[in-house]
Formats: sequence, C-alpha cells, structure tokens
Amino acid sequence: MWEITLGHYLTVAAILFTVGIFGIFLNRKNVIVILMSIELMLLAVNINLVAFSWALKDLVGQIFTMFVLTVAAAEAAIGLAILVIYFRNRGSIAVEDINVMKG
Amino acid sequence: MILSALAFYVFAAVAVISGIMVVTARNPVHSVLFLILAFFNAAGLFVLMGAEFLAMILVIVYVGAVAVLFLFVVMMLDIDFVEMRQGFVKYLPVGGLIGIVLLIELIVVAGGWVALPESKAAIAEPIARQAGVTNTEMLGRLIYTKYIYLFQAAGLILFVSMIGAIVLTLRKREGVKRQNVSKQLRRTRAESVQVMKVKSGEGV
Repeated sequence: MWEITLGHYLTVAAILFTVGIFGIFLNRKNVIVILMSIELMLLAVNINLVAFSWALKDLVGQIFTMFVLTVAAAEAAIGLAILVIYFRNRGSIAVEDINVMKG
Repeated sequence: MILSALAFYVFAAVAVISGIMVVTARNPVHSVLFLILAFFNAAGLFVLMGAEFLAMILVIVYVGAVAVLFLFVVMMLDIDFVEMRQGFVKYLPVGGLIGIVLLIELIVVAGGWVALPESKAAIAEPIARQAGVTNTEMLGRLIYTKYIYLFQAAGLILFVSMIGAIVLTLRKREGVKRQNVSKQLRRTRAESVQVMKVKSGEGV
C-alpha cells in the first residue's frame, strides 16, 4: 500500500487511457472533446513511458516522452486549425456533417 | 515513504477524476479547465518519478500552450453545445462496455508484467545519480549527442505544423484597406500632384 511500484503508475495510465477512449465514444458529436480525449490518451502514454524509465533506470523513456509531447502539440495545433476553417466554411463542427469527402 | 505514497495517491486520484470530468462535463470550457487540472496532476506524478524537466515541460507546453489553444477555440466558435450532447446516453452503454473491457485487459497486462533479469543488459542509457547532475542536464547531455537527429526531426515537425496552422487559417478579406509599401514608394510627383488654376470667387 505504502510502497509505490511500477504497477501503480501503470494502473493510473491505464485508467486515463480508458477514460480517453470512453470520451471518444461518449462525445461522438463534439470534435473538440474528441481532441481533448486524444490529448488524455497521449498523456497516459507519457505516464507509461516515464514510469518505465523510472522503474528500469533508463533515460531513453524520458527522451521519447519529449518526442510524444512534440507530436501531441503539433497535432493539437493542426487539428484546431482545421476545426476553425471548417467552422468558418460550414458554420458547424458536428461530426456527422463532416462527410463532404465521402466518395 | 508514506509522504510520497500519499502524494502519489492524491495526484493519481485527482488526475483520474479530472480526466473523467473532461469527457463528461456539460460545458466544453469546463472540459478544458479539467484537462488543465489533469495535466498539472500528471506533472506531479512526473516529479514523483524523478522526471522534473518533463514535468515542467508538461506544465509549460500543455497548460501554457495546448490548453489555452483549446480554450481559445472553444470560446471563439459559436456552437450550440447542448444540441451536441444529444446521443450522450445512447452511446453510454457501448462506450462503457468497450472502456471496461479495455481497462480490465490493460490492468491484467500491467499486473502480470515481469521484467526478465536479462533485460537489464538492454538498458540503453542508465540513469546514474551523480552529485550535481540534474535530470535536465542528463537529458540535455543525451539529446544533444546521441539523439540529435531525432531532436532536429522534432523541431522540423513543430516547424511544419506551425506553417500548416498559419496557412490553414490565413484568409484574404475583401474590402480591407492595407498599407502597400511598394505602391507608396513608387508614387511620383507627376501622378500625385496636380496644379490647378482656380478663379477667384469659385471653387475647384
């Protein structure tokens, strides 16, 4: 109980990842909340990487966390930019309206 | 020991609860604020694991940039969020089912995970705690030497995404008067000054 092991951190990361997936299913209409859920999942992955880095005493996990962080920031910027121009053109961001590119 | 365990439980509980609030909050602005809280608590967990630099980066990058970007977009777009929540209850059972199955699987994997003794040999960069060498310095020594190409690629990704975001959201508006420096400099006296003979008592 008072000895925090790798399993504790992995459990927290697993719960956060599941909450992220749950959020994607729950908010099928709201792209902004879906993007936030993806951020939560990436955060869970980061916690996993740092936890293994801490448990195995290997610094590479923290370096990869930095790269995941970079990609997450780029993804959020591009996703929100697409959202803004989509709203400007269509006046809505509902997921079921996004079907123009459907063949 | 007990203090750090308590800190772990507090950070973990608040992070998980705010994560749940992110996906269930009625108002997206509240979602963003709970996301910020989740990031802060994850940063606390990072500090507990001895990754101070990453904790600070998490606070600066996520709370300072990404969450504020989300906040801007949520507040800028004029959307009826009440209408968007329709279907919330409809998707609850299937989402809950998939979530619970995934959670059980993940916890089984995490609980049954065993490191082989031979895996100690596979450690690439062991964390050697020397006096006076901070976590930041260790990361810097590694990232500017062995991982320099990956680091440059990360910078390239950020650069491309910055250009992409600017190009996507840039638009030319009609009917907005802007300063045109080259046009101003190309003006000559002949085309801009007119000498008129004006009779007294009459206008131009």
